Amino acid sequence: MTPPPKVSIRGLSMRFPTDGSVIEVLSSIDLEVKDGELVCILGPSGCGKSTLLNIVGGFLKATSGAVLIDEQEVAGPDPRRIFVFQERGVFPWLTVEGNVGFGLFRLGAAERAERIAYYVKLVGLSGFENAYPQELSGGMKQRLEVARALAVNPDVLFLDEPFGALDSITRLVMRSELLRIRRAEKKTILFVTHDIDESVQLADRVVVMSTRPATIRRIVEIDMSHPRDLSSPRYIALRDLLLGEIGLAHKI
Amino acid sequence: MKRLLPFSATAALLIVWFLAAHRQVSGLFPDPLQVLKGLLELLRRGLLAKYVVASLFRVTWGYSLAVVTAIPLGLLLGWYKRGERALNPLLQLLRPISPLAWIPISILWFGVGDVAAIFLIFLASFLPLTAAAMNAVRNVPPTLLRAGRNFGLSNPRLLVDVILPAALPQLIVALRISLGVAWLVVVAAEMIAVNSGLGFLIVDARNAGNRYDLVVAGMVMIGLIGLVLDLGMQQLEKMKALKWGYGS
Amino acid sequence: MPTRSDVERVLLPLGTAALAIVAWSLAVRLTHTTVFPSPLKVAAGLRELAARGVLWRYTGDSLRRVATGYSLALVLGVPAGLALGWIPALASAFNPVIQMARPISPLAWMPLAILWFGVSEAAPDLLIFLGAFFPIVVASMNGVRSVPAMYLQAGRNFGLSTPRLLARVVFPAALPQILVGLRIALGIAWLVVVAAEMIAVDSGLGYLIIDSRNAGKRYDLVVAGMLLIGAIGLVLDVVARRLERLRSVRWGFQGETA
Repeated sequence: MTPPPKVSIRGLSMRFPTDGSVIEVLSSIDLEVKDGELVCILGPSGCGKSTLLNIVGGFLKATSGAVLIDEQEVAGPDPRRIFVFQERGVFPWLTVEGNVGFGLFRLGAAERAERIAYYVKLVGLSGFENAYPQELSGGMKQRLEVARALAVNPDVLFLDEPFGALDSITRLVMRSELLRIRRAEKKTILFVTHDIDESVQLADRVVVMSTRPATIRRIVEIDMSHPRDLSSPRYIALRDLLLGEIGLAHKI
Repeated sequence: MKRLLPFSATAALLIVWFLAAHRQVSGLFPDPLQVLKGLLELLRRGLLAKYVVASLFRVTWGYSLAVVTAIPLGLLLGWYKRGERALNPLLQLLRPISPLAWIPISILWFGVGDVAAIFLIFLASFLPLTAAAMNAVRNVPPTLLRAGRNFGLSNPRLLVDVILPAALPQLIVALRISLGVAWLVVVAAEMIAVNSGLGFLIVDARNAGNRYDLVVAGMVMIGLIGLVLDLGMQQLEKMKALKWGYGS
Repeated sequence: MPTRSDVERVLLPLGTAALAIVAWSLAVRLTHTTVFPSPLKVAAGLRELAARGVLWRYTGDSLRRVATGYSLALVLGVPAGLALGWIPALASAFNPVIQMARPISPLAWMPLAILWFGVSEAAPDLLIFLGAFFPIVVASMNGVRSVPAMYLQAGRNFGLSTPRLLARVVFPAALPQILVGLRIALGIAWLVVVAAEMIAVDSGLGYLIIDSRNAGKRYDLVVAGMLLIGAIGLVLDVVARRLERLRSVRWGFQGETA
């Protein structure tokens, strides 16, 4: 018997009324994500993938269809699943420690301090405990936001183009950091991106979305083990496959 | 329902005011109807129009003089670091002196009359506007300046074509705030220094026979005109060419 | 080693100040005015005020009035503004009244203040309260309204209840804007106290100015009083700006070096 899926999206559709007409953003999306799986949702900017993630996170209500996590329907945001924002959502009025400890208000002081110390170290921000976000680099802020999410020990992480604003070198470093953290903390991860390389480097499976109204065009299994060789024939083949799915020619 | 909310809350407050006025012992504090009658009386006697014009006349002159002198001065001080260093401390010391504290000196220099009141309004708007213009220039992103220079703009062109438009959103905010202050000052100045205008109306109505209905009528007019002035300035902020400066 | 710009930073303002004082005394001498005081006379006036003990007493009176009216405005205005910003229905209900009352010069309330409280300490306190209250309410309301939705979403995601969300996300996120409102309101309070003291009471720096003029045209004391008002106002402003430099709010003032 296979275990039930961690996240199950069933017949999800989303329509927004805009002055006069109705825009359909998502159309009958069906997707199942296994426990501990890292799934990338890949699509061009503005295709509705962020909307999908916001619905799964419980921040938006779908027009029709349902999202089940652990076989329970999602009714709203929940600290068991944390959303990491596209624009950096760290709180600028809190220090690194304050941000990491933000969701830990139910714990006692000793346990809190211990958890904060652990996750500050895990994301490599030791020595910056008392720094404010504006004193950190973009990559550090992003790691801080991931630490804040991990600290409450969620089962699911939603990442909405988390590395989109970083430079390409930092982005590569952040991806391997994410994979390292994922090895340390088994989490189910839904990762929205418009970057084909990012999806091939990170994902167990890549869900390719079409443009508006967004539907699932294809789900591609990335059958490579970590660490992945970015110049191996298999990597290039998968990359080409996804490029083709997105509808881009192989040459510019 | 949503649209009715502002009206119903205002109506409720008016009713509370009405009831409160009728429960007091002194009988001096007017109810809303008496205030309305007071307004009509002022209108009939021609005082309302006369005093409104007197107050607006003073604000217009004092404020306009401040705008045309303070903005160029502030832009220059923001541009020439040395000028700023030299004059800023003096500005900072003069700024917190309540414009009304100048009343004795204003009367000494200009006598009791329009010019004294205009001088006070000028002072009240001039100092904050100069400081705001100076800061607005300092906050122009250096990349814009570099871009301007890159296209070979001379200093005066740079000031007019890059710095002024880039500083404009912040300037408009300052213009709006200082117009509010000017309106506040004209009323106060008229209470002390002259014998016409809405501020004078308030003091006079009280001193000559405890006509509190006219006092409150005067206050209502001050509120209304202040609101109209502020709404006018807000329209400026909504102009497309400026909107970028106010975030989303 | 002080650099050249450090030297300029000290010398230039001193130079201008010296120049202004020289120009002032020359103007007094050249116009042969007997009414308007020279800088030396003003300095003597300040010493006289200090010797008579009124300097400290009047300064204390003015500051006490500001403290009373302003604290009251702070304690009532910030919660009121937060509530108006958080609950849109409340804002749409009270906005017309607030917008209408806000531009009424606090001084215009003077007759009503005297009617309600008599010529007493309470009248200026009420005017200062009114002068500071509306800017504080409006700044707090706008501060709450412009909190990025992302912060609220993040707060809710971590399971914060509404009171917790208000205390731990909305308030700190709105704080920079609230602090600006508080500083502006403090400036207005200082402006209003002087005016109120010129009309309603017989102590304080505003009274000093009007009394010095009316009782014997002592313009040296008038200008001395003005300088005191300026200096104290400057100190209040500097203190309020210090608050804006605290590390937990400084993020909100990027690009504002004023």
